[in-house]
Amino acid sequence: MSDNPLLRVENISKTFRVQGKKLHAIENVSFTLEAGKTLGLVGESGSGKSTLGRLVLRLLESDKGKIFFDGADLSKMSKEKLRALRRDMQIIFQDPKASLSPRMTVGDAIEDAMAIHKIGTKASRRARMTELLERVGLPSEIQYAYPHELSGGQLQRVGIARALSLNPKLIICDEPVSALDVSIQVQVIQLLRDLQQEFNLTYIFISHNLAVVEYLSDEIAVLYLGEVVEQAPADELFKTPTHPYTQVLLDSILKIPETPEMKQQMVSIQGEVPSPLNPPSGCTFHPRCPYADDHCRSVKPVQSLVADGHVAACHRVKEPQDLLLLNAK
Amino acid sequence: MGEPLLSIDDLHVKFSRSEDEVYAVNGVSFTIDANEALGIVGESGSGKSVTLMSAIGLLRENGKITSGTANFQGQNLLKLRPKQLEDIRGRDIGVVFQDPMTSLNPIMRIGDQIMEAMLTHHYAGRKEAFERTLQLLHEMGIPDPKSRFKSYPHEFSGGMRQRIMIAIALACEPQLLIADEPTTALDVTVQMQILALLQDLRRKRGMSVVMVTHDFGLATNFCDNIIVMYGGQIMEKATTDQFIREAAHPYSLGLKRSIIEVGHKGKEILPIPKTAKTLTAALTGCPFADRCNYTTDRCRQEVPQLRAFGTNHELACHHAEEVACYVR
Repeated sequence: MSDNPLLRVENISKTFRVQGKKLHAIENVSFTLEAGKTLGLVGESGSGKSTLGRLVLRLLESDKGKIFFDGADLSKMSKEKLRALRRDMQIIFQDPKASLSPRMTVGDAIEDAMAIHKIGTKASRRARMTELLERVGLPSEIQYAYPHELSGGQLQRVGIARALSLNPKLIICDEPVSALDVSIQVQVIQLLRDLQQEFNLTYIFISHNLAVVEYLSDEIAVLYLGEVVEQAPADELFKTPTHPYTQVLLDSILKIPETPEMKQQMVSIQGEVPSPLNPPSGCTFHPRCPYADDHCRSVKPVQSLVADGHVAACHRVKEPQDLLLLNAK
Repeated sequence: MGEPLLSIDDLHVKFSRSEDEVYAVNGVSFTIDANEALGIVGESGSGKSVTLMSAIGLLRENGKITSGTANFQGQNLLKLRPKQLEDIRGRDIGVVFQDPMTSLNPIMRIGDQIMEAMLTHHYAGRKEAFERTLQLLHEMGIPDPKSRFKSYPHEFSGGMRQRIMIAIALACEPQLLIADEPTTALDVTVQMQILALLQDLRRKRGMSVVMVTHDFGLATNFCDNIIVMYGGQIMEKATTDQFIREAAHPYSLGLKRSIIEVGHKGKEILPIPKTAKTLTAALTGCPFADRCNYTTDRCRQEVPQLRAFGTNHELACHHAEEVACYVR
């Protein structure tokens, strides 16, 4: 970890009011992210991963905590200053169609993003737009097309081109390939990876697809009910998953077997993700955890250090023997 | 082996659009036996769903079956009247879709919906149907069936709704379950729960399952046999074991190579170039020709037919032998 990360998030929390009750969407989440790196956020529906992405951009206001972007304290920044800074922080969504006007050609949509931020002249914006379309692998005629005329993969490329038009430092990718066909997913993921290297982009990559997250991320945070239950460098997390929830997630991935003998058994975890309106006591994962004991049911675990740069919020990681056992699995 | 349970032969389906026609299914034939789990894998537009929906009379209105047969228990389903098909669907053939909300009635208690399936098909009387509903809810892993009987669909999570839809599909103990992307919208742990449930039901009842999916990982781990579709045609067909060992169609290989799986970090993934085109005319060559690395003039001029390629393995490719040599 360097002393000067591009993004530093300190203990942010967000509560929503739903049906008169408090819903803890994000609780005490902290991380740092260096320029040019990717943080992957994984978790199932309701884990808070998208909310976290929006809190970082202040598209949603957090209740508590601090966000430092490029040295500036975002949490204290005025709306106007924030708006100017948004150039540096872009977001791409699962459904790019929803963020494009149906009445605007995609070329105009990309130019419009630059015009809003008063970048360049009309002519230079046009030139940049054509250049960007080419860079994301689209034919230049596509600038005259309307969103409904494009395929999902093409639309996502347009979304990426529009985000890039502002020369951002950070791009939050919120399930950008989840709605695409397999063969198109890879194309978009490789594009994102190549662009990162070319422009030294920093990504927060949000997905429920662990394989895709592993492929792109340097560091991964696993969320469960709004909390980070485990965080580690990507290779470390997959080599030594330590939180029982991370292990369950990894075991639930169906890989194409290399030999017929390697076919997986369908073994399922008990229970469902509890309602965030009424989270379980102690460790929120205890009702589904095969190792849970009384201690887990009553006392909430804090993040403990598993290895350098690897933390997990589980009572079991305290004892090194346990850790070895878990890893031997 | 005896007669197959369902046998689809030379099925052709077209959709009419305002200006043209889409050739969605172009001569598809396959069978499914009792107690078999068949995976039909393909991307959107491959014709995988349309094939099955045509067979059970759930084709969209602008769709038209232009030729083919679908024999189920000695009857050609394609020749039946809608009423007759309705009798079979839900009784002998259960259907589960990706989005349970499209087939659940939002203003009807879920218990009544499960019971209704049994009552309309005269599968059971009221009292028996009620008892069986409670038992089904229990089998599906829905806690507290008695009180959940009275809940409405919106009161359940996505995974629970999918279980309810499966309960409805299974209410009359069908011999065949058609599951169209049943777990695509679900989280991975919930997907695993549903698959474990389906596998268990298969074992207990000897039910056959056709799983329509875009997910090779799911198909290869869950199914006995695999069919890969592209451009409304079957590209490759094999037992899962054969498929794992020696898939040889360039499209299957391309898809397998282009899937990012855990452990692929740092590996170069080779995506299939370009995107699939919508077919607006009859095929004059291989539908995969413009995306394939092995394409020759022959591929553009002659539609490859499904042919034997070793035991329990068929494929539609003019150059499979060379491809196989090259790959292995």
